[in-house]
Amino acid sequence: MQALRRKLLKGGASTALLAPFIGSGLLSPKALLAAEWQRGAFSARSVTEALKAHGSSVAQETRDIVITAPEIAENGAKVEVDISCSLPGAKSLAVFADKNPLPLCASIDFLPPALPFARIQLKLAETTRIRAVIRTADGKNHVAFREVKVTLGGCGG
Amino acid sequence: MPEQIKIRTLTQGDITDIRILLQHPMETGQRRDDKGQSFPPHYIQLFNVLLNGKPLIEGQLNTSISKNPLFTFKAKGIRPGDKLTVNWTDNLGDKRQDEYTVSQT
Repeated sequence: MQALRRKLLKGGASTALLAPFIGSGLLSPKALLAAEWQRGAFSARSVTEALKAHGSSVAQETRDIVITAPEIAENGAKVEVDISCSLPGAKSLAVFADKNPLPLCASIDFLPPALPFARIQLKLAETTRIRAVIRTADGKNHVAFREVKVTLGGCGG
Repeated sequence: MPEQIKIRTLTQGDITDIRILLQHPMETGQRRDDKGQSFPPHYIQLFNVLLNGKPLIEGQLNTSISKNPLFTFKAKGIRPGDKLTVNWTDNLGDKRQDEYTVSQT
């Protein structure tokens, strides 16, 4: 299915050509978008814009998402961050670093039997708040924050 | 030719840790050389982890993931002999796919 989608997209198939499939429910527009890199959200230059493009401006703060990160990171080029979540029905995770030039770092979908856990190595430009947004199966967003102090930025090199 | 993806697993009880090392420069496009020329952005955009051919993790990444990033994920009920496939695609269209068979430990 995915391979077919790619072929259709790569072949530059017009919307008109695909319309009957979309109508029949064989290819839903959402499924078509899911496999693609979310350019809008990833190229947003502020965290507000990134959250908006990602569709997670509205999120409830929760203690059920746990972010483990060093309090002080000596080198911003590689900061290991653990995110785990005990919310039922957690489906996807998005990690934002509020003060990075491009705040959205990663977006990860978990499909069973994967558990909502990820250990990721980020680049952090400066001392920033890390924000983990979990989307649950009911479409709601949940968010948790964690501050990381950076003594040497990871963007300049 | 992109470098090999390194995959390791560690099972404790019912839960398996899947460690994945993607060897990639992850160039942000903001770094400059001595002459002030910027290095063009070169980074992984999409990666997938498949368990016995079925999607397990679908990830989208940005330039703010570190160079040669190491990821850890967790999954339930993975058995020895199960096959993990990891693939990635970067912004220049380069791809790499590697497979790993969960061993008996």
